[in-house]
Amino acid sequence: MNGVRSVAERLRQRFPQEIVAVTEFRGDVTVTVRKPALLPVGRFLKEEPDLAFDYIVHVSSVDYPTQPERFEVVYEVYSIRHRRRIRFKTRVSETDGAVDSLSSVWHGANFMEREVYDMMGIRFHGHPDLRRILMPDEYDEGFPLRKDFPLQGKGWRDTFEFLEPPASPAVPSTPTAKDAA
Amino acid sequence: MSRTGPTTLPDPSLTGRQGQAGSARRPDLPLLRTEELMLNMGPQHPATHGVLKMVLDLEGERIVKATPVMGFLHRGVEKLAEHGTYHQFIPHTDRLDYICAMYNNFAYVRAVEKLIDLKVPPRADYLRTIVAETQRIIGHLFWLGTQALDIGAMTVFFYTFRDREILLDWFNELCGARLTTSWYRIGGVERDFTPELIAKLSKFIDDFPAKIDECNLLLEKNRIWLARTQGIAVISAEDALSFGLSGPTLRGSGVDYDLRKYEPYAAYGDVEWSVPVGRNGDTYDRYWIRIEEMRESCKIVRQCLERLPDGPYLADAPTVVLPSKDKVFTTLESMIIQFKLFTQGFKTPEGEIYCGTEAHKGELGFYIVSDGSGHPYRLKIRSPSFIHLGAFDHMARGYMIADIITIFGTYDIVMGECDR
Repeated sequence: MNGVRSVAERLRQRFPQEIVAVTEFRGDVTVTVRKPALLPVGRFLKEEPDLAFDYIVHVSSVDYPTQPERFEVVYEVYSIRHRRRIRFKTRVSETDGAVDSLSSVWHGANFMEREVYDMMGIRFHGHPDLRRILMPDEYDEGFPLRKDFPLQGKGWRDTFEFLEPPASPAVPSTPTAKDAA
Repeated sequence: MSRTGPTTLPDPSLTGRQGQAGSARRPDLPLLRTEELMLNMGPQHPATHGVLKMVLDLEGERIVKATPVMGFLHRGVEKLAEHGTYHQFIPHTDRLDYICAMYNNFAYVRAVEKLIDLKVPPRADYLRTIVAETQRIIGHLFWLGTQALDIGAMTVFFYTFRDREILLDWFNELCGARLTTSWYRIGGVERDFTPELIAKLSKFIDDFPAKIDECNLLLEKNRIWLARTQGIAVISAEDALSFGLSGPTLRGSGVDYDLRKYEPYAAYGDVEWSVPVGRNGDTYDRYWIRIEEMRESCKIVRQCLERLPDGPYLADAPTVVLPSKDKVFTTLESMIIQFKLFTQGFKTPEGEIYCGTEAHKGELGFYIVSDGSGHPYRLKIRSPSFIHLGAFDHMARGYMIADIITIFGTYDIVMGECDR
């Protein structure tokens, strides 16, 4: 565990202006970085020989609709040599909605970032193939994991006459893929 | 596509098989027009193990590019998780990797226990380990049967499904379901083993190594099997890590990353076993690893059965753990607890955790963000099948179209988990 804390310290020394916060919860260390530093931090973690975070665990995203910087993009990486993992994340606003892609650092980020784009609508600069991955290519009703996307069916399903309409309209409107793009 | 016309050779560095790709063009022959052929494989192909479409760009019979198209089984499980309590999500995890429901349950309840910092009693740890390893055997048997069937060896399928059936019946006796089990609970397990179940499992574990040999005998030195698996879908350790591959797919490339050893959980730290690691990173090595892992699973189960400690199989944490049914029907407090747990769930501390578990396909992880309420604020499933498909293009380039089936199989993909 101390090992991971020392990694966070290394990051603080290397990027003193860019590290917003370092938190620890149940032994997981999370480093929040400013958006422009995402790519340098990722590259530093991977390429620095005594850090060597060579294995990408997951990329995910969280939506906080009430906060000014609405989305959070989360990367988690693991170092096989040192047997430790670290999570680093950044915030991005809805109007901007784009961060740098780390697919040039870890190959696996390619698919994982596509999933984040598909589910949350966050775009990735420099991504080689940013398309929807789980939803259909032509789907334009928004991004399903955003908090304002309704849980209950929407669109075509609403036209089924044998279904009762939902008691209250779940959500007024959802920004579409076209709006975001 | 002209059969006699010259074709552009794919970049030999991509294929890793220099000198096999065909003969160089003879300058005296006229240049015929050739073009790449695009072939859609799936979504309804028996060897795609679910509904997966693969768009193949072909140069003759050689794969130039493979683009996986998935999402046909997308059910929005992560969205559903945000609208239910922590207990209510357990049955959803059954439907991720429906071949190995027990391990999904295990990975999920471990993540929730890490979030609420709950320790489970030692007996529950052992019960969980035994069932998880039994599930690993089922998963690998299923993989072995279907992989051999896809490549053309039909007999193995009957052998592996015969043995898998015994374990599924055992699951049926344990929890009343063969596939969608939901036997794990937050804080322990749903019910204890009976003496009959232990006796049946011991007998199975005693007989099983001989049955692995029986299957292995059909394949290990089979010339067709060797020709179809050796040197197919090779990936280097460095690339495999960079792609985030895990499980046997990664260990085939010589990395001994196994969460059961790296971050021991449940009873894995107490028993003796080893991690088989491959050398060449090809399909044959991954096959060998899975066979060896079944033997290791037998060792783990046997040791756990011998050392099975006495005691409760559920943690004593009434605010979190569901009360037993006989108490719910007889005492008022348990009735109230049951009602509250199912209508409101239990409160979790604010924070975010990631907890990875070594399922038989690879690292199955749950990333949970909690806002302090009774529902997960965000729940992300790190599913090995999805991440393995990310490396598909890299691993398929340069191979023949017939190898596609082998490469599908080598990941042990289940689309329910991939598409979530």
